[in-house]
Amino acid sequence: MSRVTDVIRAANASGRGVLVGYLPAGFPTVDECIEALVALAEGGADIIELGIPYSDPVMDGLVIQRATNTALESGFRVRDVFSIISAVTARVDVPILVMTYWNPVVQYGVERFARDLVDAGGVGLITPDLIPDEAAEWIRVSDALKLDRVFLAAPSSTDTRLRSAVENSRGFVYAVSTMGITGTREDLDSAARDLVARLRAVGAETVCVGVGISSAEHVRSVCDYADGAIVGSLLVTTLENDGPAGVRSIAAELSSGVSSVTP
Amino acid sequence: MSLRTESGPYFGEFGGRFVPESLIKALDELDAAYLAAKDDPIFQAELAELHRSYTGRPSILTEATRFASLAGGARIILKREDLNHTGSHKINNVLGQALIAKRLGKTRLIAETGAGQHGVATATAAALFGMECVVYMGEVDTERQALNVARMNLLGATVVPVTHGSRTLKDAINEAMRDWVTNVDNTHYLLGTVAGPHPFPVMVRDFHSIIGNEAREQLLATEGRLPTAVVACVGGGSNAIGIFHAFLDDDVRLIGYEAAGDGIDTPRHAATLERGRPGVLHGAKTYVLQNEDGQTIESHSISAGLDYPGVGPEHAWLRDSGRAEYLGITDAEAMTGLLQLSRTEGIIPAIETAHALAGALQLAQTMSPDDIILINLSGRGDKDMETAARYFGFLQGNR
Repeated sequence: MSRVTDVIRAANASGRGVLVGYLPAGFPTVDECIEALVALAEGGADIIELGIPYSDPVMDGLVIQRATNTALESGFRVRDVFSIISAVTARVDVPILVMTYWNPVVQYGVERFARDLVDAGGVGLITPDLIPDEAAEWIRVSDALKLDRVFLAAPSSTDTRLRSAVENSRGFVYAVSTMGITGTREDLDSAARDLVARLRAVGAETVCVGVGISSAEHVRSVCDYADGAIVGSLLVTTLENDGPAGVRSIAAELSSGVSSVTP
Repeated sequence: MSLRTESGPYFGEFGGRFVPESLIKALDELDAAYLAAKDDPIFQAELAELHRSYTGRPSILTEATRFASLAGGARIILKREDLNHTGSHKINNVLGQALIAKRLGKTRLIAETGAGQHGVATATAAALFGMECVVYMGEVDTERQALNVARMNLLGATVVPVTHGSRTLKDAINEAMRDWVTNVDNTHYLLGTVAGPHPFPVMVRDFHSIIGNEAREQLLATEGRLPTAVVACVGGGSNAIGIFHAFLDDDVRLIGYEAAGDGIDTPRHAATLERGRPGVLHGAKTYVLQNEDGQTIESHSISAGLDYPGVGPEHAWLRDSGRAEYLGITDAEAMTGLLQLSRTEGIIPAIETAHALAGALQLAQTMSPDDIILINLSGRGDKDMETAARYFGFLQGNR
């Protein structure tokens, strides 16, 4: 039904959570991005979150803003995301979710985007600025094409809104660990644990936690109560400094943290 | 059917709330607090008293006879929002939202600003109410509006220059939204225009609708009639919607003048409603200057306050329905308008406002002396002296 859900369930069954690794498409170039994504999967990421660079990324901190700006300045086009997915899925067996602000999809055409995503081998979308209330078209199209749909849940969300996020998501629900934007942090907010518990209470079966997760220790503590941990800015910084080889080794280190889920 | 009752979240297909989930609770709380305040006589009395004894409302009407004679057609009457405390219409919305923020128990105000008028107004309200204030301003704008940065500092606000993206108003809004996502517990984002997610477009419009309500009543009292046309400049569109709203159901032409920069057929302009197309920006579906991929295009205008690649969703709706018209005025035309009003009436307008003045002169030429054009004179030009002096070569005794 959902490859992402299957991957999470399989991991859970063998006593671990999943590592979801984020990298921006086309950073630093399309070719090097493909190498980095392959390295990310081979290093140990169970699911890839591939971000579409956008001119006005309000949910992102400086690290990701800089990287996506670089990609845009070197000529990244939205359609490049599909060739990247094709290239990566030809080499590694990993589900790829596309993370995108909503306007690029609106301009591409929601249905056309979804069809091209299916053709490329992508499995769904994570939508940081599209709430279920505004998502009627995307829900219809993704149902028809059996694509995953990851909505966000925040510590500030009411139970009614959490229920809506759970009911409308497929694959997993993205629990935002803290009130804030993406970026590495020293300490993880205890709010994440409460949020995951509240999501479970309204029926969530698969929940991954993101924003601010930047060490194997964080991954370990998150996988203690959630089904997976989402890491972004740390991977972007590593790619910037140490290239795909660095991404491979940091992914291996991070994935050592996923094994604390009690089956 | 009245066009004046639209109250969001949508105006036709425009508007909505395209923001991170983290902000939804704050937007819901704001919406509820605003709706309660709207019907609360105590709130309305408090705001009315601030308008009277702090802002200096009602603002007057001034007939610009010598200015109008340059066109030789219609009469031109100015609604003098430039005479408000802090020098522009921005204070109307700021005082309203600051009172709401106080009701919500927020202790910190953040704002974006382009020309600095909204930042100054927000810093003013923060000083008046004893609140902390942080203003985000594109680095480019902190340079071209240095005087307003100094004013905000003097009022006790912290001005944060935004150094990424196009370093103008659009990026200041992004940065303010990031701050809000992070500090939403104690912080109110005092958005300065009729853009953004619901309820901002409706709430900001309502706080500025006092402009048109007063002007309509004043004209009926002094002229015994409505104007032929009501005109204003449009960036995000707050002063325009403020004066348009009272006239939406009247047989009155409504014209918004956008910044055409070097010309709407060049790449350097901010004519969102003429050259943009529907998309999502800063939390709302509206017209956006964007490329094929939906990446926002950097706008250009000599006026920082109009240098914005989006526009309020209600304007997008008024444009598509044909109720209002939107036309471009170039940098050069606006600067001529600024000089002309200064020299015929002794009133120095903001460069933003000068776009409406230049547009009004073009319009007046097509009309007769029986016609009246009402212009929202949205701000005074003191802040623009450096830009104007450089533009006209008044520095170092050049002229």
